[in-house]
Amino acid sequence: MKIKLSQILAHIVLILGVLLMVIPIWLSFASSTHDTVTILKEGMKFGLGDQLTRNYNEVLNEKGGWSEEVTAAKMFINSFIMALGIATLKVIISAMSAYALVYFRFKLAVPIFWLIFITLLVPLEVRIFPSYKIVSDLGLTNSYTGLVLPLVASATATFFFRQFYKTIPDELLESAKLDGANSWRFFIDFLVPLSKTMIAAMFIFMFVYGYSQYLWPLIMTTSEEYWTVVMGMKIIFTESYEGVALPRTAERFAYIILSMIPPVLVVVFLQKWFIKGLIQTEK
Amino acid sequence: MSFLELNKVTKIYPNGTKAVHETSMNVENGEFMVFVGPSGCGKSTLLRMIAGLEDITEGNINLDGILINKVDPSERDVAMVFQNYALYPHMNVYNNLAYGLKNRGISKEDIEKKVNEAAKLLQISEYLQRKPSMLSGGQRQRVAMGRAIVRSPKIFLFDEPLSNLDAKLRIQMRLEIKKLQQKVGVTSIFVTHDQVEAMTLADRLAVINNGLIEQLGTPIEIYNNPKSMFVAGFIGSPQMNFLEGELKNKTLTSEGFEINNVTSDFNGPVILGIRPEHMSQTDKGLINLSVDLVEQLGSDNLIYGEIKNKKDFCFRCSGSQIIKKGSKLSLNINDNNYYVFDKSNGNRVN
Repeated sequence: MKIKLSQILAHIVLILGVLLMVIPIWLSFASSTHDTVTILKEGMKFGLGDQLTRNYNEVLNEKGGWSEEVTAAKMFINSFIMALGIATLKVIISAMSAYALVYFRFKLAVPIFWLIFITLLVPLEVRIFPSYKIVSDLGLTNSYTGLVLPLVASATATFFFRQFYKTIPDELLESAKLDGANSWRFFIDFLVPLSKTMIAAMFIFMFVYGYSQYLWPLIMTTSEEYWTVVMGMKIIFTESYEGVALPRTAERFAYIILSMIPPVLVVVFLQKWFIKGLIQTEK
Repeated sequence: MSFLELNKVTKIYPNGTKAVHETSMNVENGEFMVFVGPSGCGKSTLLRMIAGLEDITEGNINLDGILINKVDPSERDVAMVFQNYALYPHMNVYNNLAYGLKNRGISKEDIEKKVNEAAKLLQISEYLQRKPSMLSGGQRQRVAMGRAIVRSPKIFLFDEPLSNLDAKLRIQMRLEIKKLQQKVGVTSIFVTHDQVEAMTLADRLAVINNGLIEQLGTPIEIYNNPKSMFVAGFIGSPQMNFLEGELKNKTLTSEGFEINNVTSDFNGPVILGIRPEHMSQTDKGLINLSVDLVEQLGSDNLIYGEIKNKKDFCFRCSGSQIIKKGSKLSLNINDNNYYVFDKSNGNRVN
């Protein structure tokens, strides 16, 4: 009986947790199916309205911004490219630098590792002006390269990969050497497949990180062609009313719901490996 | 010229530790050489230098007529079986065996043929599609051996491969390794700290202590004729009994008895070594043993007791004899099978 009670308690806690996460999302979704006037008058809605198709259609197809040319769809694509670029490059660069730090026992490996590690203390927001200066000197403003490149170095991922590689027994490397594998082959044939759960987990983290960047794209892009979802949220779907820009709340809710889809898809596709990567290492 | 030649090979680690001292030896083609010694004696280091996994500080290693000091491990054409097997955990057994062949650019059909042959030889054909984590200890051991065999290398190196197995399996695998080596005929070097493994497997044996080869020879030579106290104590089970004594004018005095006509001109303090199996009971023997403990192994009895100042003196007799704790035995040494060592340096003097 005792076990049952604790199970019930655990489930209550879990259910509360789930509700805490799901209710705001549901509220946004439900609100996105009403029209703006209803929401402005009555507040956010729990029940569904009848404006679903209209609102979502509007969001995806309406041209906005100052130039009235950028669409939400374009911004989704931009964000997706940026997040994908950041996540992919971050994973590749971190895995390779961790490989160098762990397996090539050069003299300064430890100081260099700590140097990489302390960059955690200097996030992009702190070094935003020098970063902008460099990128603009290189002529990379208003380009995908400029959006992605300054964000691809990652101390966190390097740290996780380093810790993981350290747990791989030396004999594996030695045995691979005797089997004729060079350094590159060892990385591709051993470290990559052995750390694939780790790679999946890192990829998800980094994708979400890249997707939710706000300040950097805001500073980097002057052309609306490179706007991203998170920036767009503030700017798009306003209505001029006696010279004051008022938000079109219903469409914004629809926009929020749509903006959640790409990261959710990434998590859904990679979650099997992601969970494995967090709770166990395959050895 | 021998197949594998070690010429004054020395290993000094960056922190100054000298692991291997000017070791020279030859291994002939097809020979099964065993390095035996206690933990930390440098035997694994020596093996790893042959494999190319450790740099050679000084000296030369020649394999099949080629100086291999600076040759990369992948080019040396050696195969090694590691203590923990180091199987590739993400590859199935087939790919574990095939990996080394793939890296050598061998065609797919040839790889398949070779892997299947090796698998058949080791009786692992039915596990080829499994991952190492789904295999038992003995099966993993076979896969590790298969990975070595499949490449038909110039030399097999074994680094204590049996120490992770349970006692029964260890004996079985020991037998299989020996059979396999005889069948395949590849030169092998086997490192172990277990003297029984060393005795049973070796064509020739190198007893290593503190980075030096103390003695090199066939197992029976070393058992019958140990050159030093260390070798005498290391080879043979149960261990040789050591008694303190004094040798003067060919007469040895020790623990209440005397041996005359010792074939040695040495004078001074010595250690007398007697193997437990080299004694037998008589009416009026040299040694008087008061029994403290009897270990019955079935086929044999191991009797432990006291003679004058020496405790835990061991005597081995047939298991059919019934000897009780507290009884007194009178023992003689068979056929002058005793060993005399210089007490100061442990060298054999008779």
